[in-house]
Amino acid sequence: MATVFKKPHALKDLSLHYCPGCTHGIIHRLIAEVIDELEIEGTTIGVSPVGCAYNNYEYFNCDFVQAAHGRAPAVATGIKRVHPDNFVFTYQGDGDLAAIGTAEIVHAASRGEKITTVFVNNAIYGMTSGQMAPTTLLNQVTTTSPYGRKPEIHGFPVKVCELLSTLEGAVYVERTSVHDVKNINKTKAAIKKAFQVQKAQKGFSIVEVLSTCPTNWGINPVDSLKWLEQNMVPFYPLGNFKGKDLEV
Amino acid sequence: MSEKLLMKGNEVIAEAAIRAGCKHYFGYPITPQTEIAHYMAKKMPEINGTFVQAESEVAAINMVYGAAAAGARVLTSSSSPGISLKQEGISYIAGAELPAVIVNIVRCGPGLGGILPAQCDYFQAVKGGGHGDYKMVVLAPSSVQELYELTVKAFNISDRYRILTMIMGDGMLGQMMEAVEFKDEEEIYHDDKKWATTGTKMQRESNDITSIYIQPEVLERHNMKLQAKYRQIEQEEVLVETYNCENADIIVTAYGTIARIIKNVIKSAEKEGIKVGLIRPISLWPFPAAAFLQYAGTPKAFLSVELSAGQMVEDVRLAVNGKCPVHFYGRMGGMVPSQKEILNKIREILK
Repeated sequence: MATVFKKPHALKDLSLHYCPGCTHGIIHRLIAEVIDELEIEGTTIGVSPVGCAYNNYEYFNCDFVQAAHGRAPAVATGIKRVHPDNFVFTYQGDGDLAAIGTAEIVHAASRGEKITTVFVNNAIYGMTSGQMAPTTLLNQVTTTSPYGRKPEIHGFPVKVCELLSTLEGAVYVERTSVHDVKNINKTKAAIKKAFQVQKAQKGFSIVEVLSTCPTNWGINPVDSLKWLEQNMVPFYPLGNFKGKDLEV
Repeated sequence: MSEKLLMKGNEVIAEAAIRAGCKHYFGYPITPQTEIAHYMAKKMPEINGTFVQAESEVAAINMVYGAAAAGARVLTSSSSPGISLKQEGISYIAGAELPAVIVNIVRCGPGLGGILPAQCDYFQAVKGGGHGDYKMVVLAPSSVQELYELTVKAFNISDRYRILTMIMGDGMLGQMMEAVEFKDEEEIYHDDKKWATTGTKMQRESNDITSIYIQPEVLERHNMKLQAKYRQIEQEEVLVETYNCENADIIVTAYGTIARIIKNVIKSAEKEGIKVGLIRPISLWPFPAAAFLQYAGTPKAFLSVELSAGQMVEDVRLAVNGKCPVHFYGRMGGMVPSQKEILNKIREILK
């Protein structure tokens, strides 16, 4: 009998610690599938963030370095400068990347570091129990914006892809979502392209993946996917911001 | 044949690092140590190495963390306010047991303070400026020649124990030009770094570098392992110079450039019939407590002279453990004590 579906080799055979309905697991799998397809597991070095995915190094069969909060792009810079022929990627959430790590991501991108960032945006701090993130939507209720995010008090959400695509060193910038199968497939294609951009030594590449947090949103997993589509996608438009036609 | 050159202290640190096999430097400009970065920016391309001017000290130390995790010999340098910013990364490097070398050419604080020489970061360096129960090796050279030798040694210590080693100097030493004699070849401690993240090449299990251990039993075991390593370093890596201590009336202790002033004080005091000894800690951690204990019964008093409000003196008191009075004399804000001031203090103590 032919095997038509199996666990990617790049993922270890472990159950993930994420909450029910969380989309981190899907994104992990997509990355692992891409690593398998590009046959880069033996040369890949990942960098884990601080946040819900702090220990995702445990799930992958490739080498990993766990970084301090927000510093993954700087850590990845250090690794990549030592091993320029290896494949180096960071996996970061919105608090990690767009708040405490804003300087590191902006400058890694502006230096055109030949690394790839998978940026998981679920509009909230998950691990610390649902605080307002830089990407929290206007009027969204969180534990630190209990009356909803108000622009006059909290300012506005940060659009990371739009920001980074202004930098010359960032050569591939794309935002995708994992709220349905069609978009999951698009996310995988974008991650693959971003990885290929790095393999081709073109510069910095990033895929922002809109993701859910049923636990801290207080919405069940199925409705969370709808909430993402109805609320996040209109504010964070999906698509390629840069590098769509880049030859890889 | 060895090579003798006239060089600036900061440049000697950079040259020594390269001779020790360091091909990766990450830093951020700050006075009075920026010549290290200038030197690296020029030399690294010549040896196919890396120089990155980071966006901040925070980023620089995290680049060091990444490069060290990747198995490289790596250097960063800064001065006091910049070292404060690096404390987060220092703690993570300690937790993840990565070897790296960090230079602090200390300037006077607190805050932005000034750019003149000081020793006011002793506590931060030896007691742990970052969070958690950790130590780093701290070496304090007092001449440009020693800057060279101790920088090479720092890389070897770091690799041997998987620990961060700090070279702690001050602006006087960093800016000073002196003759330095380079060896033809350095003694390099070679470690295969099987733990490093280099890519599995599909030939081994994955290597993970981390400082997080959520299970308390596991984290306690990790801490006990770190502490055992620190105890071993305390046994094996103490560096100290003792001078003129036998039958001394008073033993002065000082490190770095100040110790050089003390040697002149010793000569002046001799003319008055006062025998002054010197204990110069070269490793500030591990602290040479045994040398103090050895001479604790000899002099009428100890005197710690520092460019601070009194920091190392606390370790001297702990080492002497009440067996002899311990006095302190210090200047702050970039002021450096004269021989005369120190001699006056000695006379006052012995009166």
